[in-house]
Amino acid sequence: MHPIRKKRLTIVLFLLVGLAIAVGLTTYALRQNINLFYDPSQISEGEAPVDVRIRAGGMVEEGSVVRDPDSLMVEFRVTDFNASVPVQYTGILPDLFAEGQGVVAMGRLDNNGRFVADQVLAKHDENYMPPEVADALEKASKGQHKASDSAESVSY
Amino acid sequence: MWQFFHKLGSPKWFFGIAARLMPWLLAGGILLLVAGIVWGLAFAPKDYLQGNSYRIIFIHVPTAFLAQSVYVMMAVAAVVTLVWRMKLADVFVKSVAPVGLVLTFLSLFTGAVWGKPTWGTWWVWDARLTSMLILLFLYGGVIALDRAINDEKSAARAVSVLVLVGVVNIPIIQYSVEWWNTLHQPSTFKLTEKPSMPAEMWVPLLLSVLGMYLLFGWLACLRMQTEILLREQRTRWVKDYVLAGRG
Repeated sequence: MHPIRKKRLTIVLFLLVGLAIAVGLTTYALRQNINLFYDPSQISEGEAPVDVRIRAGGMVEEGSVVRDPDSLMVEFRVTDFNASVPVQYTGILPDLFAEGQGVVAMGRLDNNGRFVADQVLAKHDENYMPPEVADALEKASKGQHKASDSAESVSY
Repeated sequence: MWQFFHKLGSPKWFFGIAARLMPWLLAGGILLLVAGIVWGLAFAPKDYLQGNSYRIIFIHVPTAFLAQSVYVMMAVAAVVTLVWRMKLADVFVKSVAPVGLVLTFLSLFTGAVWGKPTWGTWWVWDARLTSMLILLFLYGGVIALDRAINDEKSAARAVSVLVLVGVVNIPIIQYSVEWWNTLHQPSTFKLTEKPSMPAEMWVPLLLSVLGMYLLFGWLACLRMQTEILLREQRTRWVKDYVLAGRG
């Protein structure tokens, strides 16, 4: 390669590497600001500020959704399978909201450790499948449960 | 190998090659894209959770994929411009930047349309969406900078540096969903693993991505030809070409 071109190529590479390091360090330093939400473990460890508008995200705990019969108020717990945070929300929930599904709630943490949300967004994962497959999977996992239950009852 | 490389730098030679490639690119692109989209929208099974609304993925993913990949191609061309001063590389950057802008806009728009029924919001400032918006501004910046400088050579250098600075954003877009908590789900297509959807969903998706690539190739050739004619208008071969009755 021509020496001048070699020199130019080195300069370009230096530019790119330097830039990548600078941006990498900046985003690493700002990672808590770039994160869209706090997860329940961070909230229970007191990392999230109280009475400041923040977002909390995680899975809706199975069997935790309680709807108020007279209003649109809903209470549920958001979990990351390590810790869980109670959430209170008044309003219309997105269609995808369900127990066992991911959500991101926006609101304030009160002094009792309860999260009062004014917006709840549904989060879905990258797995797509036809409804029949999902049904079959669910049946299979229930079948296994039953099988293990009956196995236990036999051994008793 | 170097000889081929230098030949590639000749606008006249590229003009001829592009003219021969274009019908194939156009036909293949339309065929694959139509097949992928019709299959995806009409015949692929619906999703167990999102029902039919997930079908926008067959347009959202190809545009988002191309928006990033066009930028990477522009960055490679920018290195070639800076190091080898090849005119054709600059022609490429200048010609495809508006295409990239439109693709990025389409992916943001289809993403918003998808986000409303599934997430419950058009827009959220999470890392994936924000970095994609920055990509849109980068494309806009490249176009504006190119227009702002009159001298062709200094414009080419300035634009190349800007493109290279912006390329840092590409891995950020790609890995944003893994490095940080985002509302956007992780990628369905991964390089190392099987896609997290059944074949009757990912095959049409792959077809439409490939179709989009070919169609982009056609559009890039077309725009580059125009730019070459404009830049080489004083040369003998362009005069002959135009006088031959094709112009």
